[in-house]
Order: sequence, then structure tokens, then C-alpha cells
Amino acid sequence: MASLNMKATLLSLLLLLVGLGIWEAMNQVPAASTGLSEYERMMGGADQEARVPPPSQVFSHAWDELSDPFYDAGPNDKGIGIQLAYSLYRVLTGYLAAALIAIPLGFVIGMSPLMHKALNPFIQVLRPISPLAWMPLALFIIRDSEGSAIFVIFICSIWPMLINTAFGVANVRTDWIKVARTHELSPLKTAFLVILPAAAPTILTGMRISIGIAWLVIVAAEMLVGGTGIGYYVWNEWNNLDLNSVIFSILMIGIVGMLLDMTLAAVTKLVQYED
Amino acid sequence: MSRHFVSIEGLSKVYPSKEQDLVVFEGANIGIDKGEFVCIIGHSGCGKSTILNVMAGLETPTTGTMIMDNKEASGPSLDRGVVFQNYSLLPWLTALQNVSFGVRARWPKWNKAKVDAHSSHFLEMVGLSGALHRKPSELSGGMCQRVSIARAFATSPKLLLLDEPFGALDALTRGVIQDELLKIWSETQQTVFMITHDVDEAILLADRVLLMTNGPHARVAESVRINIPRPRNRANIIEDPAYYKIRNYLVNFLVKRSGQLSGSAGQVGGATQEVDPSVEINPKNEQSAALKAAI
Repeated sequence: MASLNMKATLLSLLLLLVGLGIWEAMNQVPAASTGLSEYERMMGGADQEARVPPPSQVFSHAWDELSDPFYDAGPNDKGIGIQLAYSLYRVLTGYLAAALIAIPLGFVIGMSPLMHKALNPFIQVLRPISPLAWMPLALFIIRDSEGSAIFVIFICSIWPMLINTAFGVANVRTDWIKVARTHELSPLKTAFLVILPAAAPTILTGMRISIGIAWLVIVAAEMLVGGTGIGYYVWNEWNNLDLNSVIFSILMIGIVGMLLDMTLAAVTKLVQYED
Repeated sequence: MSRHFVSIEGLSKVYPSKEQDLVVFEGANIGIDKGEFVCIIGHSGCGKSTILNVMAGLETPTTGTMIMDNKEASGPSLDRGVVFQNYSLLPWLTALQNVSFGVRARWPKWNKAKVDAHSSHFLEMVGLSGALHRKPSELSGGMCQRVSIARAFATSPKLLLLDEPFGALDALTRGVIQDELLKIWSETQQTVFMITHDVDEAILLADRVLLMTNGPHARVAESVRINIPRPRNRANIIEDPAYYKIRNYLVNFLVKRSGQLSGSAGQVGGATQEVDPSVEINPKNEQSAALKAAI
């Protein structure tokens, strides 16, 4: 099986090189046949058409950015590290607030058929609403762009956690509940010693879906509210027509998203059990 | 009626339905003495499991009560330990943690060292000292059931309820664990009530075997005394002169009489009869004929 991993790694590298090679080759600035006017040089050479920067340029730009990620030169010029930190702060705040509400509420819904039936219509109506649709209302009520962005993250990450927790709790094997009952465990002890560990893998799956969605939504939310954050950064660099930075930040969004997912996957492994 | 350690009086279970109520069993009177090992046998659907669940407090009977140690027993309690057929171990805990789960529930004030020592002692009794830190997914079915038995014995309940504990095991494993169950039972002097489908198992383990007629309207028809001296073991129990008499009697009941005696609505058939096939030939002709044919 080691050879399979080896082959897969080699194939990945090969695909990467081919992709980068094509990208590089298709986006070369043509050599100027005559001397360029200042205007032509400013516009990227002799070509009138704007081009996507080739990977070599993107990587050298990325190198510059990553070698000083936390510089702060005014509101419109902050390092990528600072922007990502703002986004992560909003995502984690909204996400944790959602978890604090979704997991206990999910327990209640999962354990009580009455609550399930009573709350289900609300969940079904609220869940499909695009999180960004809440933004105007949030801005009006909260009157703070930061708070509104966090609220949007909160509202988008609550549903998968809520639904998965309720599902996981409702489907704990009755045998295990019987074990708790025959051992005279109090309802609270049953919840913590039996139901929580039994439902933990399902709950963690919900939390993993939620963090993915939150990271998707924060970019769009920050494009709307502006000021700071990776979403704002992408949009700002687009307005600056700095495509190097745009592509670089897209890559960074992907990498951070992957790291978030890997973290949750690692936690899921800790609570996983084989039945 | 003499007072038993556990006595169940007039137990019945009815599932109401629109057309006709389903009477699973009715008029069950069972007495169990302290330290006695009682097995109950009957065909599927006669309500054995329901009786056990009622005794465990997991289900409520339609009528009847259970009195244990001079107190009415209702609702689940640590005084009544249960071993389920499908082990019901918590898969995220190791064998030791599963047992100490029960021990900690029983004696919340014990410290961890005491809980662990007590739990490992019982796991050793069922021959699992080498698998303390393995999870149920890493244990075979037989080993899981041993853990489950250890968990039940470790909490020293006043009454131990076994719901077909060996039903899912292969014959060889079953035999080994039967021996272990006998050993741990004789060491702890537990009172045990056990459901089984296996006549040989019942004879090997039990002091008395309760026979149920077929459901619906099932009842506990007979209580058969297993008059074979202890300690018993699987190898030489078949040499006991009473063994085949008892075995034939039980098989005959299950094959023929459980159906013939099965009641119908409104016809509640008398009290449970005490029988000892090893000493007396039952006066009923039909029975003795069957016995002679079998011998």
C-alpha cells in the first residue's frame, strides 16, 4: 500500500506541474518588438489585452506576502496574516456561539419527540435561507458590520450542528439507554455518560459540515461588509486590479479551509468508535 | 403460599388494540428463593422476554406485582442486574471501563483504584484478565458476553436477570461460558433468573426450570425441579441417572404439551404445577407414555 501512496503522490505532482506549465505558457507577456511607450509598459507590455498573471509571478508575489504576513500599513494595506486572522476570528466566534446553542438544543430535540415536532417547522423554514439574506436585517438590528458578519456565520453554521445533534441523539441504540436505566443513571448522567459519547461522531460530522459552510460564507460576508478580512482583501485587490494578490488570496482561502477541515477531522477521530 | 425472596404475583401483559387486545401472558406466579438459579423456557412469542423486562423494570406489566426482599420492585434498579442477549456493551469504552461503569454506578463513593480493582477482579473471574484494555470491537462475541456477565456480577445485584445470554454464540464458546457462569455463580451465591431456548443449558445451570405454554395467553404451566447434585459440569452431567428423564420431560413439554396446554381467552389454567421428573412418574397417562417412548 505504500506504493499506492507513492504513486498517488507522484501523479499529483505530475498533474500540478502540467497544470502550472499550461497556465504559465498561455499567459506569457509577448516580447515587445519595438520600444515601449511609458503607457504601454504600465499596461503590461505591448499587448493591449489584460492577462491572468502566470504562476511564476503569483508565486514570487506569494513569497513576498508570506515573508511578512503581519505588516500593517494603513486600512487598505495589511498583511495576509492579519486579514486571515480577522476572518478566522469572525468564523470561530460565530461558529462557537452556534455550537453553544445548537448542541444543547439538538439534545433536547433529539430526546423529546414533542420538541422535535414543535420545532421542526421552524428549522425547515429557516434552514434553506441563504445566510447572506440575513445581512441587511442583521445590519439594521445589530448596527455593527463586525457583529453582523459574526451573526451571519452564526446563522449558517447552526443548522448542520443542530440537525446532526438531534439525529445522533435520537438514534442512540436503545440497548445503551437500557444499560443506563438498569444502572439507575440520572437523566443528566445518562446524557453525559451514554448519549453524548454515543452521538459524538454524528455531532462532530455536523460540526465539520458547519465549519466548512462558515468558511465559505465568511468570504462573501466580508465582501459585503468590508473593512478587514480575507473576503474584503480579495475584493479590494480586485479593485486594485492586482490579480497576483487575488489569485494568491484564493489559494490561501483554500489552504485555511483545508486546515479547518483537517482539525475537525482529527477531533472526529478521537470520538469515533467501532460498533 | 410461602414467601419467596422474589415473588411475582398475578403478572400479565396485554397490548391493547382496536379489534382484540393481545394477551401475551397472564396469571404468571413465580417464586424464586435466595441463591436459586431459575431458568425459563418457552417458544418464541410466549412472553419470556417481557416477563424478564418487567422484572428488570424496563416494562410495566398490565397487572401484577413483583416483590423482592419484602419490597415492591418497580422501575429499573441496580438491585436487579441484567445481561442482554446482544451484550449491550458501550463500544467506546474498554472492557475494564465497561465493568467499572456499572461498579461506579453502584458505589459512587468508591475511588478509582478501588473501582478498578473490583472490576478487574470480576473480569479475571470470567477469564478476561488479558483483555482489560480492549474495546468491544476488538473482542469476539463470547468475550463480549463475558464482559457483560462480569459487569452484571460486579454490581452484586440482589437478582440477576439473563436474557438468553448465549443465544448468539457458537456451541463451543457457549459451553465454555456456561462453565464460567456456573463457577462465578457458585462463588457469589447470586440469585439468577435466566431465559434460554436450550434444554441442555437449562439442565446444566438451573435448580428449577419454568415451562411456559405457547402464546398468546401464555402462562407458566410447570416448575420442574432439576434434581442433579452440584457441582455439575458438562462432561459428566449426562451420566447422572436423572439427566435423560429430565431432558425427555422438558423436550416433551416443548414439542407437544406447550401447544396442547396453551390457553385461550377466558380460560386461565390453574396454578403452576411442581414437577420432579427424576423421582416420580407423572400420573398423566399421556405423559408417561411419552416418557416411555423416549426412554
